[in-house]
Amino acid sequence: MSSPAEAMAANPTPTQNEKSADSLLQIRDLKKRFSLSGDFLEQLRFKGGKLVRHQEYVHAINGVDLDIKRGEALCVVGESGCGKSTVARTVMGLIKPSEGEIRYAGERIDNLSARQLLPYRKRMQMIFQNPYASLNPRMTIQQTLEEPLWLHHPDWNRQNVEAKVYDVMQSVGIDPDWGKRFGHEFSGGQRQRIAIARALAVDPEFIVADEPISALDVSIQAQVLNLLMDAQRERNLTYLFITHDLAVVEHFGTRVAVMYLGTVCEIATTATMFAKPRHPYTQALLSAIPRLEDDRPQHIRLSGEVPTPVNLPSGCVFHGRCPHANARCREEIPHLQTQDDGTRVACHAVEEGRL
Amino acid sequence: MALLEVTNLDVRFGLRQGEVRALRDVNFTLERGERLGIVGESGAGKSVAAFSLLNLIARPGFIAGGSISFEGQTLNTMSERGLRKVRGNRISMIFQDPMMTLNPVLSIGEQMIECLKAHRRISGKAARAICLDKLRQVQIPSPDTRLDQYPHELSGGMRQRVIIAIALLLDPDIIIADEPTTALDVTIQAEIMALLLELCEQHNVGLILITHDLGVVSQVTQRMLVMYAGRVIEQGPTREIINDPQHPYTQGLINALPQMATPGEKLNQIRGSMPSLSNLPSGCAFHPRCDFINRADGQPRLACTQQVPGFVESGNCRVACHMVAEMLEDRRVKEETS
Repeated sequence: MSSPAEAMAANPTPTQNEKSADSLLQIRDLKKRFSLSGDFLEQLRFKGGKLVRHQEYVHAINGVDLDIKRGEALCVVGESGCGKSTVARTVMGLIKPSEGEIRYAGERIDNLSARQLLPYRKRMQMIFQNPYASLNPRMTIQQTLEEPLWLHHPDWNRQNVEAKVYDVMQSVGIDPDWGKRFGHEFSGGQRQRIAIARALAVDPEFIVADEPISALDVSIQAQVLNLLMDAQRERNLTYLFITHDLAVVEHFGTRVAVMYLGTVCEIATTATMFAKPRHPYTQALLSAIPRLEDDRPQHIRLSGEVPTPVNLPSGCVFHGRCPHANARCREEIPHLQTQDDGTRVACHAVEEGRL
Repeated sequence: MALLEVTNLDVRFGLRQGEVRALRDVNFTLERGERLGIVGESGAGKSVAAFSLLNLIARPGFIAGGSISFEGQTLNTMSERGLRKVRGNRISMIFQDPMMTLNPVLSIGEQMIECLKAHRRISGKAARAICLDKLRQVQIPSPDTRLDQYPHELSGGMRQRVIIAIALLLDPDIIIADEPTTALDVTIQAEIMALLLELCEQHNVGLILITHDLGVVSQVTQRMLVMYAGRVIEQGPTREIINDPQHPYTQGLINALPQMATPGEKLNQIRGSMPSLSNLPSGCAFHPRCDFINRADGQPRLACTQQVPGFVESGNCRVACHMVAEMLEDRRVKEETS
């Protein structure tokens, strides 16, 4: 017998619950370190007459929180070495995270064994950057496309599988007669279509695309991007789209997360981000896009270069290159804070209203 | 007379399957201090064009015809000895991959001084001073220590700066830059491009910029060539081509950019892909992908499939397209009758 207002009061964090209801994938405080020091014996060093164990790590991801909502295309952008591909691979379970959790449709998937992960693999598929490397050169296209179907549908007969392969080849615009050919007989754009067909073959609901168009020519990029958008519309797909090309993000993404040195510095809807970038790094990144317009590039010049992820800077990872950094930035790590328009920014300067 | 004049350049590759014509009928000039962009997709022949300017085409490729004239000297018939005086000295080159261009076993200083000493009689001390000056010009911090470091100790952006410093070392008249920023990140790319532009203006150096990135060309160059399947299909002032492309391929290329479409809408794609040079379609090489092979009255324009289009002048631009030629002809006839 409770009024809606009372129900709200009884449930102190309705927004939180709502969020988890419509988000397909949740990443919480994800960290990934890669050891640089080899095995145990290689880690031993003599130091001051003592044998000490010395370990060094590449800190690829340092505490990433992301929510991917059903039906959206979340783009992760950043420069090389910012950890965007590591996020993609960790989500797919191709590498195990060092810390943190990943939930898919509410279930934790980061600690599952390969066998336990199998049902999820059918629901989430990956498209890789380089279609020259992601297709097995010794398999025909038919075999390549059949393989995931045999694996995920052990009860299907040959007829089912062949019909499905035929369908999926048509849906990505490759001639089903090409099935007998091998990957090397195709151009880059056609290979990427085949890689997309392979991902779509098992009817996934979630696709991780790691720089899927970066290796392609401009006119082909448009074709593949259109294909990905059509697939999203027809199949109601959710994308995690990794890219460094901001022009593509502006066109393709529902929301954008900008990463720098293993941390997310800003998440916003695409329109908001491009209209009003908040984080100094996002501002510099957006100003660096070469545009067709007349005026000379007025880009924000960043001093220095991306620091090594082996020895992370203290405080904000961006402080060494940031024109707005102060003492607090050098000491305290900023956390993502929600702004009025829903943008989440990790920056002390924005928080203090200095920017 | 222009500083660099390329006429009817024809480059072929003698392969087992027969001769492949990688480049034909390429004509352009470059004035002192001018910046020219060469745009095209992979396989269009833009890198072959750049390499052939300095006669750097390796076997089985060869320059089969045409001429490259630099200050009145013909580079393509010059002896190897004579060419060496031009390469790196008067015309220098920046390549795409900064890791491949620098010698990993020589320090930055050794590579720079080697280049200086190859062209000038100069003492080690004086050479080092010039190197330091050039490194400062490309804004490398603490150039003194950098000079004694090896390429692997520098980041990609720093290496590309060093390469620009080497390209500028002998105060050349022309720099040929083949995709100089493709291997770099966006923010670094913007910095390197701005630096290159600034230095070219400062020293009045001509720049031939090879790239697939229309954004970069539009911001850096004054004139541009668009290449397709070994031919130039459109050339003229960069602004005019970017704002009002005439050739269907150039139009398609510009319209296919995500920034030209409404976010979320379909991109304007060009169907199909570039043909292989060993198996070019008849007539205009672009016709199988072209949307304008029919005349205004719906009849197919036979010339497109049968005849290789020649250049027509359209304003300040030159376009190789039957459709554009027809349009111009119609306009001319109309003007004459009225």
